[in-house]
Amino acid sequence: MPKDVAIIGVGQSTFYRGYQGSIKELAFEAFREAMQDAGIGAADIGASIVCSAPEYDSQRSPSGIIAEYLGLNPQPTFAIESVCSASTSGLRAAYALVKSGLHDVVLVLGFQKMSEISSADSQERMGRGADIMWESPFGTMMPACYAMHASAHFAKYGSTEKDLAMIRVKSTKYGAINEKAVYRKELTLEDALAAPVVTSPLKKFDCCANADGASCVIVASKDKAKEISKKPVWFMGLGAATASMTLTGRDNLYAIACAKKAAQEAYAMAGISPQDIDVAEVHDCFTIAELLAYEALGFAEPGKGVELIRDGQTYIGGKIPVNVDGGLLSKGHPIGATGGSQVRTIVMQLREEAGAMQVPGAEIGLVHNIGGVGVYGNVIILGR
Amino acid sequence: MGFEKFGRRSFTSQTKVAPFVDYLEKGELRGTRCKSCGKQYFPPRADCAACLSNEMEWYKIEGPGTLISFTRAGFAPTGFEEDVPYTLALVDFNGTKVFGRLEKDIPEAEVSVGMQLKVTPCTLSNGQLSYEFVK
Repeated sequence: MPKDVAIIGVGQSTFYRGYQGSIKELAFEAFREAMQDAGIGAADIGASIVCSAPEYDSQRSPSGIIAEYLGLNPQPTFAIESVCSASTSGLRAAYALVKSGLHDVVLVLGFQKMSEISSADSQERMGRGADIMWESPFGTMMPACYAMHASAHFAKYGSTEKDLAMIRVKSTKYGAINEKAVYRKELTLEDALAAPVVTSPLKKFDCCANADGASCVIVASKDKAKEISKKPVWFMGLGAATASMTLTGRDNLYAIACAKKAAQEAYAMAGISPQDIDVAEVHDCFTIAELLAYEALGFAEPGKGVELIRDGQTYIGGKIPVNVDGGLLSKGHPIGATGGSQVRTIVMQLREEAGAMQVPGAEIGLVHNIGGVGVYGNVIILGR
Repeated sequence: MGFEKFGRRSFTSQTKVAPFVDYLEKGELRGTRCKSCGKQYFPPRADCAACLSNEMEWYKIEGPGTLISFTRAGFAPTGFEEDVPYTLALVDFNGTKVFGRLEKDIPEAEVSVGMQLKVTPCTLSNGQLSYEFVK
């Protein structure tokens, strides 16, 4: 895979439980950091892509108002949405725009102010994330649909609630040292197992928290990257796939098919195998989602993902460190910002700028970002 | 119109497969089958994605089925609060997968993946039509 498209700047706001500012100001926090990181000005940006889940936005068509606030007129801007994987879908489009030669530099801004709407409105929207004709009338919600994947995985492979709790314990260890995370408190296995059940078998600490946040990733062509960046990180592989939104259309519930297909595409494009990945960011909106990711990404055979967490192999120092920034479980999950935040973590790892979270000598990193309950799957492999 | 009668809370009323509700009223759960290529659909559809035909016929779904997975929900979205707790389930009837809820009376301890279930139409306390899985 030729190194011809690079990431030259990354930024992220702190993730907040309730941000005391507008979506424009939230977006600017990530934008400022990414622009300073890249060392460029607004005139260098050829186009912007703004990513959010619009059901949380009061602002209609936010890309227009955000591009204005970031000082990115008169360049083109548009929105891309795939719920929780919006900003890696945006990154895929940015890659294509740069690779095609249409633009030299494209900025991807992901944001979500989930507290923009009231908690009553949020409860109302929650049920409509499934098929509103055939699933929502039964009282569905995302945690329940992931919980059904957990029940299926438990029954098929013998994984347990304790395995899921171990994933949360790992998450809190790294969340505690990530100053941009919402959840900074370390939990013990006992704490995680004693928490109340939300939707069986998932308990309180198996679920990530709603959050407000923004992320920003700046993509550039090879020539532009070499001209302006001292430390470009290169795209090696991109994969994307989908699966039926209704659970009735799935072959099974003990795996996430779209993630597996996206991973296979990304590995093939990069010409590498799962063993070559030094550090990974996976979409752990729920603990079960991280376990399913181990298997979809080929870090473990189907059904063997539990061995990785039981043996501590996904901690720093293990065979494949996963979510050593705390993941969605500890950072919080501001929907449109999440993918860009995962990319930022991997870019910092590959530049050896991750501080206490650094995986020593990491050269190849992977991002796995999933929209909906296994509906939209994006996998991106990056290298030095 | 007509589809608004389906489910504890309906989110849409207009669909070409609204006769689904009429069948529920008669005590039957039905999906659609493409008259042109024979592909079966549940949830029912008006259009065949396999051959592009819109000539569909209704076929009956009957038990026993096998429980693929479930979750007992301890909280609910707006409009479903009174029902908590309830058990959401996916059940396979000879290759036709159906999403719904388990009957309330089935004790939690008796629910396990792989158990045999039947499906039966029902009228909910608010007069809406639905179906549920029973032992």
